[in-house]
Parts: sequence; C-alpha cells; structure tokens
Amino acid sequence: MAMEGLRPIAEIQFADFIYPSFNQIVGEAAKIRYRSNGEYTCPLVIRTPYGGGVRGALSHSVSIEALFYHVPGLKIVAPSFPDDVKGLLNAAIDDPDPVLFLEHKKTYRLIKGEVPDGHYTIPLGKANVRKAGTQLTVVSYGLYLHWALEAAQRLQEENVSVEVIDLRSIRPMDKTAILTSVQKTRKLLIVHEDNKFGGIGAEISAMVAEEALFSLDSPIRRLCGPDVPSMGYALPLEEEFMSSPAEMADAMRAMVKF
Amino acid sequence: MAIKPEAQSKVSLERHGLTDEQLVAILRTMLMQRTLENRGFQLNRQGKIPFASASEGHEAVQAGAAMAFERGKDILVPYYRDLGLALGIGLTPYEVLLSLFARAADHSAGRQFPHHYASRRLGLHTISSIIAAQLPHAVGAAFALQYSGETGRAVLTTFGDGATSEGEWHESVNFAAVHTLPIVFLCENNEWAISTPLSKQMGQPDVFKRAEGYGLPGGVVDGMDPIACYAAVGAAMQRARSGGGPTLVEAKCYRFLSHTTDDDDRTYRSPDEVQARRKDDPVPCFERLLVERAVLNAEQVEALKRGVLEETNDATDRAEAMAYPDAADLYEKVYAEGWEPWTV
Ligand SMILES: Cc1ncc(C[n+]2csc(CCOP(=O)(O)OP(=O)(O)O)c2C)c(N)n1
Ligand SMILES: [Mg+2]
Repeated sequence: MAMEGLRPIAEIQFADFIYPSFNQIVGEAAKIRYRSNGEYTCPLVIRTPYGGGVRGALSHSVSIEALFYHVPGLKIVAPSFPDDVKGLLNAAIDDPDPVLFLEHKKTYRLIKGEVPDGHYTIPLGKANVRKAGTQLTVVSYGLYLHWALEAAQRLQEENVSVEVIDLRSIRPMDKTAILTSVQKTRKLLIVHEDNKFGGIGAEISAMVAEEALFSLDSPIRRLCGPDVPSMGYALPLEEEFMSSPAEMADAMRAMVKF
Repeated sequence: MAIKPEAQSKVSLERHGLTDEQLVAILRTMLMQRTLENRGFQLNRQGKIPFASASEGHEAVQAGAAMAFERGKDILVPYYRDLGLALGIGLTPYEVLLSLFARAADHSAGRQFPHHYASRRLGLHTISSIIAAQLPHAVGAAFALQYSGETGRAVLTTFGDGATSEGEWHESVNFAAVHTLPIVFLCENNEWAISTPLSKQMGQPDVFKRAEGYGLPGGVVDGMDPIACYAAVGAAMQRARSGGGPTLVEAKCYRFLSHTTDDDDRTYRSPDEVQARRKDDPVPCFERLLVERAVLNAEQVEALKRGVLEETNDATDRAEAMAYPDAADLYEKVYAEGWEPWTV
C-alpha cells in the first residue's frame, strides 16, 4: 500500500508478535528506497505495544528495539509521554520512510498528561531533557524513563542533581543531546528494560566512549534487563526481571559518589 | 510492422482475439528475452560481469502474460526470473543491459543484482531476491487499489514453484481471497527450485490446486504456449479488473539452463532429462507456428531476429560505455534526506 502512494499505519497487537514480519520490515520495507534508487519508497508506520511489568508472561512482555535498531533504512520511535506520542506519531505518518513506533504497554494506563489540541508534529531524532541536572546524565526511554525520573526526583531531595534525557527516537538517535549533557555532567548511566547484551545502551556507551571518553569522570554504566529470554508469568519472576525506581536511585547514587 | 500472410494456413490458429501484430510482438519479446540472456551469459564468460541468470523455457508464459497486462494501468510485481515480462510491458534492452553492467543509470543505480528492475513509469515494482517476499507487496498494492476505490486496474504477480512453499505465499493468497482483491497470482512452475525438484517441494505436483483451499479460482495452462498463457492470464486479469477477485494461474514450463551462472545443474539433474525437454522449447515452437500459419514468412522471421540482435548489440555497447556509480553513492537513498552515518 505504501508503495502505491498510501500511508498505511499497521498495528502489531503486541511487539512479541512482530517476528513473522521481520522479513518484510528488515528485508523489504527498510530497503525499498535504497534498492530502487528512490523510484519506490515505503512510507509505512508500524505501531506496536512493547515491554513488560503487566503480567504478560513470556510472549506479551518483550522489548524489540534492539532487534531493529541495527537496520539502516528504518526509523524507530519510542515516546513516553502523551504529548510526545501525538507529535511523534504525526511526524512518523508524515515521514517518507518506514517508522517503527513503539509504545510501552504499561504506560498506557499509568501515565497521564496534557495533550495539546490541534495538529502538531515533533521531529524524529530529537531527544528531550525531561529533567535538568549537573552531576550525572541518565539516558532512558519507555516505562523506565518514568522510573528514572522518579528516582532522580528522589535524589533531588537528597541534593543530588541528575539530568534525565528522554531519548524519544532510537533511530535516528540524538547524539548531540547525549554528548552535550555528558560533557556537562561527566557521568553517564543508561537505563533500559531491554536486555543489556547488544542493547541500545551498548551503542550509546560505545558512541560516548569514542567521542567523549576524556570528558568522563567515571565508567559508563548500564542498568538493563537481564539476559534471559523474557520475563516469567509468576510474580517473583516478573519482579526479578524488572528494575525499580529504588534500584535506579541506588545506581545513580553510586555513580555520583564514584 | 505490417504483416502480409503469404499463404492461407490449413491449420486453424486459436488466436483468442490476438491480431497478427500482437502475435509478432509476442514472438519478438520471446526472441529478445533469449538473445539478452545469451548476452548476459556471454558477458559473464568474458569476465565483464560477475553474474547472470536466465529464464530459458519461461519465454512463452512471460510474453503471453505481458500481452495481458495493460500498460499505464495495471501493476506488475514480478520476481527475478521475469525478463520477458519486463520486456513485454515496455522495459527496454538498454535498461536490461544497464542492470547487467550495474551502471549508475540503472534503475537501482547499480545496487541490485541483474534483472532486479524497478520502473514507476511501467508500473513495475522493485524486485526482491528473497523468495516470495513480493507476494505481500502485490497483495498490498491490490488492497491499495481496492481501498482507493479504483476500478479497471489489477495487479499481476509472479513467482516460481519453490516460492509456493513459503509462508508469505500462503498468507498473501489467503488475504487476497478473503478481501476479493484485484490480483492475479501467476506461478511459473519450471519444476526446479535451484537443485530442489518439484517432488521434494510439494506432496502433489499441481500448484493451482492450492487455490481451492483458499477459496479462489485456480487454473493450469501450458506454459510453453504463449497464446494459451495470454488467454488464461488475460481472462484472470479481466476478472480482477472488473471486481471479480483474485485468480491463481499455474503455467507449467521448464528451466532449461542452470539456475544462474554460479550454478552447475549437471550436479543434480541429467543432461538427458534437459535434452528430452528441448522439443518443447517455446521459442522455436512458436516461431514455427507463426510461419506454418502464415503469420510470418521465413524472411520476416530472419529480419525479426536480425533486428533483435542489432538492438541487443547496440544496447550492450551503449550500456557498457556508461559509468559505474560513484563510491559515494553507497551512502545515498538510505532515507529521504541525507543520511548521517552514526559513527564514521
Ligand atoms: C527466502 C529465500 N530462501 C532461499 C533463497 C535462495 N534461492 C534463490 S532462488 C531459489 C529457488 C526458487 O525457486 P522457484 O521459486 O521455483 O523459482 P525459480 O528460480 O525456479 O524460477 C532459492 C531457494 C532465497 N533467495 N530466498
Ligand atoms: Mg522453479
């Protein structure tokens, strides 16, 4: 449909069910423009709820961003606030290339916020400093962004100043926002629910190591999901998988003290 | 080209409404397909291009199907073995040679394998190397036509016998049947998927029988007979254009050559088997038929062949003289705006 001039918005009920379409998204949609030298394009938006903490068990809980962010030709958006969802979704629909639009399913009911009236867009590829701070940069997205903000707020009461960046777009990624913040705070913590190995945090830390190593006062740290296939259905298994604002606050304190 | 029958043939020719001009155009497409593919193999053996593939044995089904395609209206979503279809709907030999030589002026700007064309002008979708990946695109295009309320247009999509074992094939055919989409699924069953014979591909030898299970009409046609293929695909396209829904057409043909220049078919099938099938070779058969039925005389056939060779030679020279893409083109057309590599 997208190749015939329409702007389809597909919805994958849960991100866990996206695997059968991997071929079409990675092998086809992401390469249509490139392989036809622009003669055909694929302006497609794929919305999908991802992430856990909702008793979704193995197959209604996964984070899929790392499986796709390796792929040039795709764009990936993961907004965390209602106003961003609207502006970024409008931008994704306007965008002339395929966009994977990730919505953390626990935030659907958990997060409330004002949504401006009327049509507006927020550019893809721009992060947003949700909380300014001076002693540590935290980069996150999705549910964990909200928990990171909660933790940073708690530290504020202890007179510890943490800057929290809402990544919003995973590809293209706002390198400038991350580097600018890290050069100011000199410390970087990346927090995401997806597992650590080869995750988004790996790319961010490699990038910061390559471009700003000598601005750092401590090793980069990643607080991520464990390397297991998914979270279990039983409450202790889900809780063991998921982090928490308290755990994030501890990680932040430790880094600021380093 | 004006054709004057020299003598009245005794045998009747079932034309299915095709004029002499159209019959000759079909033969010309078939001759051009064969000549261009020969050229690809020659260029490969000369070390001028790294890779070539061929569709010898597919000429009849492709030229016939192309005649059933309405240029400027219909949409073609083919696979990599469809040179004749592409030529038949208007792709030029020069464009084909640009693809073989991987020149900057090629439709993919030298990025894609040979015979992976794309042309908005012709309604020819960009071709994937991935088996059956085009089926969801084709069904999506048909869905787009239906969604936009367009009538009088249809999608023609093609694939091999091997492709019908892929999940995407089954999902697509089912979706088209459920939504009564304007699409024709044309299987070019050449009995081989590289080295996998049909008997290892499916539990029974007829692709068209799968249609019944999905609830769409399916039919089989002699893939070595271009007129029969034209008639079968034409009727199915007409049905699709007029809101009648999808059809699965299976054309039984044969792959005379190795899968590609990187394959040696002697390692998995006997040359005798291939030789025995040569008697059905659609190019000499159709040429003979048109002469027998006095649509063309021997001189006219020779003139046709000369013209095809001259055009191929000319296209070869012109395409070879064109430039390769710049190395910097590697970074182009990843996204709409300029692409910033994440790290350099
Ligand atoms: C998904 C996938 N699997 C395997 C291949 C390797 N491959 C290339 S062509 C081919 C044979 C396909 O056979 P068929 O569909 O009958 O088409 P034919 O080449 O015979 O016209 C295979 C297996 C591929 N390109 N894509
Ligand atoms: Mg085959």
